[in-house]
Amino acid sequence: MKSQANTNNKRTYTVALVLILISISIVLISLNTGSLQIAPLKVIQTLFGYGDYKSSLVLFEYRMPRILITMLGGIGLGISGAILQGLSRNPLADPGILGLHSGASFGLILFVTYFHSLDHHAAILIPLFTFLGGLLTAFIIILLAYDRIKGLLPIRLILTGIAVSAGFSAVTLFLSLRLDEETYTFASRWLVGNVWGRDWIHVMALFPWILILAPFAWSQSKSLNVLSLGDEVAAGLGISVQGQRLLLLATAVGLSCASVAMVGGIGFIGLVSPHLARRLVGPMYQNNLPVSGLIGMVILVLADTVGRSIFQPNAIPAGVIVAAIGAPYFLYLLIKSK
Amino acid sequence: MLHNPFQKCVKDGSNKFLLLLLFIFVILGVLGSMILAISFGAKEVTFSSVLSAIFNFNPKLTEQQIIHELRFPRVICAAIVGAAFAVAGCLMQGVTRNPLADAGILGINAGAMFIVTLCFAFFPGIPYSLLMFFSFIGAVLSTLLIFIIGSSVPGGLTPIRLTISGAVIAALLHSLSAGVAIYFDLNQDLAFWYAGGVAGIKWDHLKVLVPVILITIICAITMGRSVSLISLGDDIGIGLGMNVTLIKVLSIIIAVILAGVSVSAVGSIGFIGLVIPHISRKLVGVDYRLIIPMSALLGSLLLIIADLGARTINPPRELAIGILVAFVGVPFFLYISRKTGRDL
Repeated sequence: MKSQANTNNKRTYTVALVLILISISIVLISLNTGSLQIAPLKVIQTLFGYGDYKSSLVLFEYRMPRILITMLGGIGLGISGAILQGLSRNPLADPGILGLHSGASFGLILFVTYFHSLDHHAAILIPLFTFLGGLLTAFIIILLAYDRIKGLLPIRLILTGIAVSAGFSAVTLFLSLRLDEETYTFASRWLVGNVWGRDWIHVMALFPWILILAPFAWSQSKSLNVLSLGDEVAAGLGISVQGQRLLLLATAVGLSCASVAMVGGIGFIGLVSPHLARRLVGPMYQNNLPVSGLIGMVILVLADTVGRSIFQPNAIPAGVIVAAIGAPYFLYLLIKSK
Repeated sequence: MLHNPFQKCVKDGSNKFLLLLLFIFVILGVLGSMILAISFGAKEVTFSSVLSAIFNFNPKLTEQQIIHELRFPRVICAAIVGAAFAVAGCLMQGVTRNPLADAGILGINAGAMFIVTLCFAFFPGIPYSLLMFFSFIGAVLSTLLIFIIGSSVPGGLTPIRLTISGAVIAALLHSLSAGVAIYFDLNQDLAFWYAGGVAGIKWDHLKVLVPVILITIICAITMGRSVSLISLGDDIGIGLGMNVTLIKVLSIIIAVILAGVSVSAVGSIGFIGLVIPHISRKLVGVDYRLIIPMSALLGSLLLIIADLGARTINPPRELAIGILVAFVGVPFFLYISRKTGRDL
């Protein structure tokens, strides 16, 4: 048992190392692509402070913030999906499919309606609003999906999530149609999953959420392990089931909603990355959680780069590319799962 | 179900009169709401000018022109499309015995939307009848996709799983349509379409739309008897010597025609096909010969009122109809899914 845990740990380090190398190379490619091409060598030179004025301006003011946001968003979505799948013991759980993102979009539209400006210092508050919207949705979904006798049935959770998210999308559209055309276009693009944050202030708005919540989730991975075995087992092993579950749920909502505040309503990353992580490093959450965050990061940075560089002149939102890959995977899982 | 004393009367067949009265009442309701919807709007018109616009139209009066060129087409369109979506949902719920079936929820509308978006991107200015045909093709493709997924599981998918896979296919196709729209800069043209709207309808559209939908609905009504038998279970149909597969395929084709054609006119409006058949069943019992016409009437009524609401809540701007229908449909969907989930 012990030796197996050790080999699993070793495997995790290898996988994590490979993923980090992959993401570094994608980030270098991503920094290099755009309307102004900068050679990879020059990118590295500039990063270490030896670049000329033009390339450092482009890199540090335009590309870096966006890539950092994409990376952080991917980590947040991946970890959040892993937590949700563990909590609900449902391999199909995903913050987007469960309807949390539509709640987040509701929060975002409320913010846009009452605080108007999307840039400058007010932007730091956006994740807070999306988080509150997400919490509200999670609360409603659980309330509606809860059965007095059977408890929370995973498949009903998804069904309720679909319906609640349709309702919240209707309210969001209702609110956004009253806004001016520019804000409406922004909102509809956001809903598809458009990485829109591109200033340092947006990085600052997102960074603390990931910095605090991701390590916290990791520190709770032991109780996630136990909770994923079932309520009875967890209670028998001395875990306060309800309290832990609510805490972890709030963490997952915080991670995903803060991320989508900056990267747009991107679904399916939270579904795909935990599955890949489980395949790579096994079911233990100590290993699984960080790897799934890294995979989320790789997927999102890749999708954003592809969307920006291949489709010119109008970039395609990363969410579209992720959905094109993630939705078939979801259907495959749905058919396979019993 | 037998708690409803009215329905019991109808079921016993002891009171055909009540049933007739119910139909007359609903038909009057549809006509009344049409007249209401024609009279109210950004410019109020009097009832008498509505009547004179119908019976002796005078193109020189602005008021009559508004009625004739703007209000009539959209009210007629709302009525016909509402009926189409409702009957489509009715047939799907009947032959799949899935109480959650609806063209919007199962992703059929999204398939039609996707192809329509492609048409807008690659062939702008395509004639309407061709667009309608392509929209139908899109609906067929997404239906095929859903049924392939459904049949690739041994024993078939449960209603709830089918609903979930439909919702995911819808999410995928919506996302792809949005991608195409953004890439080709169609956002402004399509924004309203996503949520549905009957604002842009012209007489030219109706000339194609109305006959197609009416004929298809009549076909649906003639199939009512077979559909009611299938809704009781395949075994009963087979036992009575029916070709069950043929009837099922025909019903699904009719439903897909209705949904696809309607989407080409007004965009994707979900939940009508879910809500209306349930209400009709409560009113007239289990016989699809009655449920289908009743659903058609109630669907028209719902969409006419929803369109009226969309125009008058926040004038002069218009809301998308789909939003208003969703406000009714979502709670209903939750209620039905809860009931279905019990015997999971």
